[in-house]
Amino acid sequence: MLFSVLVEVSLREGVADPQGATIERSLPHLGFDGVRGVRVGKSIRFDVEAADEGSARTEVDDLCRRFLTNPVIEDATVTVTVAEAAAR
Amino acid sequence: MAPRVGVVQFPGSNCELDVVEAVRLLGGDAEILWHGDATVAGVDAVVVPGGFAHGDYLRPGAIARFSAVMGAVSEFAAAGGAVVGICNGFQVLTEAGLLPGALQKNRGLKFLCTTVELRVESVESVLTSEAVHGAVLRVPINHFEGNYTCSPETLAELQDQDQVVLRYVQNPNGSVDDIAGITNAGRNVVGLMPHPERASSALLGSEDGLPLLRSLLATAGAPA
Repeated sequence: MLFSVLVEVSLREGVADPQGATIERSLPHLGFDGVRGVRVGKSIRFDVEAADEGSARTEVDDLCRRFLTNPVIEDATVTVTVAEAAAR
Repeated sequence: MAPRVGVVQFPGSNCELDVVEAVRLLGGDAEILWHGDATVAGVDAVVVPGGFAHGDYLRPGAIARFSAVMGAVSEFAAAGGAVVGICNGFQVLTEAGLLPGALQKNRGLKFLCTTVELRVESVESVLTSEAVHGAVLRVPINHFEGNYTCSPETLAELQDQDQVVLRYVQNPNGSVDDIAGITNAGRNVVGLMPHPERASSALLGSEDGLPLLRSLLATAGAPA
């Protein structure tokens, strides 16, 4: 089966995020006074062929740990969905 | 015989010839090690130079660490060989797990291209053995992601084991504990953000990088 994967990479809690901090500091100038906790990350999308959702997730978790994130400073949130039948 | 220093070249490296030039200036032999070759070609020391290996895509060093040459560099380091990562090379060595911690975007989000002062904090490493403890060296930095970070446990270990070899006199990038360069537990692998090869001649504004590179050559020349 083909699965669509979304990996959202974010800095781990406690790791300083200079991009998020800069965005947050600039928001009051635009009149957005109530925004806080801005964190900047990146999203990576791809498809993966696997027997079932469990094995797709196992493979993606391994891929995240070994390549897509640096576990010293980053975490990943993985979303796996069945790709549309039309994609086959 | 002059010690042979291998300088790794990835697609996107841009300081490898500066390192080669500085090594030769000090009487060493230098040669380029191509990233696609799974060997360090019998050299006495390896330098992973600065630049933007593989475009720094994903993260600096994230792709370079899988290069064929890096397996050989890891084996060389595990056998006690001297390995130094400069700037992007430091990032590659952390990604490869040869050094602890990680380098993230500078505090202030500015690409920094300037000369900074470094204090030699330990002379027990392959890059500082010929330097003077406490000496202040003027060496250029040239990076966007040089903000050294690590877990509190790792930091405590680095401090306890005297593995911080260079600190910024004035922290330019937000690095934890003013760290500019560290060594591994075996003291044969060193990573630093500043560029000693760019401080190798009075014509370049400073010769303060020479004691560091001389240390590497002295280590490389000594029988293991």
